[in-house]
Amino acid sequence: MFSNNVKRLLVRHTKCSIRTTSVRCLSTAEDVTSLSKSTTNFKGDYDVIIAGGGMVGCSLACALAKDSLLSNLKVLLLEGSPNKSFQLKPEYSNRVVALNQNTKALMSSLDVWRHVEAMRLQPVRHMQVWDACSDVMIAFNSEELLDDDVAYIVENDVMLHAINKELSTAKNDNIQIVYDAKIAGYQLPKQEDLKPKSSVQMANGDTYSCKLLIGADGANSAVRKAMGVQYLSWSYEQMGVVATLNLSEECENTTAWQRWLPTGPVAILPLDSKRSSLVWSTWQDDAKELLKLPEDQFVDALNDALWKQYPRNTGIETVTSWTSSWLKRVGLPDGTARQLPPSISNVVPNSRAAFPLGFGHSTRYIGPGVALIGDAAHRVHPLAGQGVNLGFGDVKDLTHLLSEAMYSGLEITHPDWMGKYESVRQRHNVPTQLMIEMLHRIYTVDLMPVVLARSVGLQITNALQPLKKMIMSHATT
Amino acid sequence: MWSQKLTRSILDKTKNTVFKVPRWKPVVSSRCLQTEGRTTQSQSTVDAADVEFFSKQMNEWWDPYGKMRLLHSMNLLRVPFVRDGLVNTAQKELYPLKDKKILDVGCGGGILSEGLARLGAFVTGIDASEDLIRVADEHKNVDPKIAYNKPVYLHTTVEDHAKKVSNLYDGVVASEVIEHVQNQELFVKSCVHTLKPGGRIFFTTPNRTRMSQFAVIFLGENVLKYIPQGAHQFEKFITPTELTFLLERNNCHVELTYGVTFNPVTGKWDFSEFQQLMYAIQAVKLS
Ligand SMILES: Cc1cc2nc3c(=O)[nH]c(=O)nc-3n(C[C@H](O)[C@H](O)[C@H](O)COP(=O)(O)OP(=O)(O)OC[C@H]3O[C@@H](n4cnc5c(N)ncnc54)[C@H](O)[C@@H]3O)c2cc1C
Ligand SMILES: C[S@@+](CC[C@H](N)C(=O)[O-])C[C@H]1O[C@@H](n2cnc3c(N)ncnc32)[C@H](O)[C@@H]1O
Repeated sequence: MFSNNVKRLLVRHTKCSIRTTSVRCLSTAEDVTSLSKSTTNFKGDYDVIIAGGGMVGCSLACALAKDSLLSNLKVLLLEGSPNKSFQLKPEYSNRVVALNQNTKALMSSLDVWRHVEAMRLQPVRHMQVWDACSDVMIAFNSEELLDDDVAYIVENDVMLHAINKELSTAKNDNIQIVYDAKIAGYQLPKQEDLKPKSSVQMANGDTYSCKLLIGADGANSAVRKAMGVQYLSWSYEQMGVVATLNLSEECENTTAWQRWLPTGPVAILPLDSKRSSLVWSTWQDDAKELLKLPEDQFVDALNDALWKQYPRNTGIETVTSWTSSWLKRVGLPDGTARQLPPSISNVVPNSRAAFPLGFGHSTRYIGPGVALIGDAAHRVHPLAGQGVNLGFGDVKDLTHLLSEAMYSGLEITHPDWMGKYESVRQRHNVPTQLMIEMLHRIYTVDLMPVVLARSVGLQITNALQPLKKMIMSHATT
Repeated sequence: MWSQKLTRSILDKTKNTVFKVPRWKPVVSSRCLQTEGRTTQSQSTVDAADVEFFSKQMNEWWDPYGKMRLLHSMNLLRVPFVRDGLVNTAQKELYPLKDKKILDVGCGGGILSEGLARLGAFVTGIDASEDLIRVADEHKNVDPKIAYNKPVYLHTTVEDHAKKVSNLYDGVVASEVIEHVQNQELFVKSCVHTLKPGGRIFFTTPNRTRMSQFAVIFLGENVLKYIPQGAHQFEKFITPTELTFLLERNNCHVELTYGVTFNPVTGKWDFSEFQQLMYAIQAVKLS
């Protein structure tokens, strides 16, 4: 066990790679125009092209359409998948995200949140995180720490539909969307260009050109590759197994549960009074096994993961119980008032799926006339439910800074606002990513000293309200 | 300190003689010419040596990485400064300065004039250098964003312009100019004369402190070479107190004084409390 853990840690270290993907395609503005002239199917010049219409790309289009200073920009959104018509079904989708207060605020300001509320969402009012290797736990309650809910669980496609619905009701003719868009490549401007221009080539021979190109094309971003920036990334060798779960008993169900197993965290996120959504991170092989198990055995395995007593180290037991009695003596919560997670009766048929998990950090978010947002710029482990929230934060700051730049009469690609965007976002995203990374590393080992340190750390954190408040407020911004 | 400066300008005015301070720049010939001119003419704010100096920079004026780069990067600070002094509505627009008439005194090649025109302002730029007015006049055709709103440039001095117009402009701007003129009192007076009552007047300029002497002249011009060498003479720098005094004497009320700092690492300008190096002043003309 010991050597296994160390090996895994090491493997992850060595697997970590810094890749400088493909050399930046060089082209001048002349090239772009000559190119557009020579090909007959030049489809138009835009102020902004957003590559990738996931949750983050679409919300940027919506934010541009809604900002009084940006709404007259000519925007093209290119999305690779077909335009699916959305119908809210009684059964829940297995892909859900936890959205924080900042995301809610952004989406409310864009009039998107009302569509989410009209469809469905579940507030999270409590959060309980506990460790399988010791008895300690940490609890977050919205009443104690925030005036509002801790988070909201929303299905990915509900969120995406809400954004697109608002985008179409905004009736902004300057925003154009092309679905089924197969992007073949990019030509990006040179460093010295004072008025940068990019061109986007489609697989069918069409080309578009734009002043500002936004890469919102997810973790495998082709825009990022064309920029030729350094990308620090590693795979966790883990997958997130997702599923929709039926609970044994109906309850209020506003608590998010997360238990740290030596293999990774298993999280149960509330959907409604009878159902919850699962995100179970574990090693790739385990994940594949879990997908293959018959449904009843899968539920057994899951209940096991939530309830099973792992062998305890007596030394750790002694120290944590000593810490707890000490905390009690000084009048702080000792973290033994643990609530019990719901028990799962069955899994919704065909709701199981698994997604690879990885870490990614692009050292640059910008280049001349190009900016990255969302997973294209940063990818995190889902253990803290931060991924798309960071992306929405990018959207908020980018729109704000661009709008300020326009109000000051600057070019849409002016390096000043773009530089600010990069530094503001990296100052928020990178520490968050590191915190998540650190959590992941200290929890996927069961080395005695590590378990001891994290257990006592968690006990004390749990006892100290101001510290918890700090964690919460960082997690919601 | 400012009393000494003031005596100097009063001396200048009453006796109409030039109070010559030893200068570091060997531009004596043109300066003598100028002195002769001035004894016969009525007063002028023009320091011919300075104007000639700037005229020589005409070819590099619009190179954002050339000798005038600090004026280019300074637009990021001063355009919003002027904008917020002239409009303060919650509703932001793409052309916040539309319908505003602005006089850019000492406009040079038009870097600031164009920045303001891009916000919709109707800008008149005046400069004592004929060469620079020509540069400005050519460059205004480059940017499509101001195609329908090109600044109007005039080769004149502010005191001559003030003979023709009074109480006209919503805003008068003199950015990095007052430290280059003779007779700062006449300069301020003429600027205010062209301004509407209720209009705003804006200055940015170096302070006169040991620190600004060191940073602007020694570091900026001689060591880092961010500024063309010989651009400034320390004795002509004016302190915020002196400038405030001149403005208040001309029926203006000073509303804001900010310190202005430059970060050589990021290449960015910023407002701060720190007024020892450079500062920006905004005043309103009382009715
Ligand atoms: C198991 C799991 C659980 C998660 N849970 C949470 C959570 O609780 N909270 C949270 O905040 N985040 C969570 N995340 C992360 C979250 O899902 C992502 O951060 C989010 O989806 C990123 O959105 P995006 O728009 O940046 O990228 P994506 O969703 O990847 O969208 C990219 C879009 O670009 C399009 N595209 C890509 N390439 C091209 C191309 N060449 N041409 C045209 N189109 C292209 C794709 O079709 C796609 O629509 C979780 C992730 C996983 C895997
Ligand atoms: C440092 S430049 C500033 C140019 C411009 N205001 C800018 O910030 O981009 C100083 C300018 O003031 C002009 N100038 C100097 N003395 C002047 C005077 N007395 N009247 C008008 N212009 C003057 C010079 O010709 C020069 O163009």
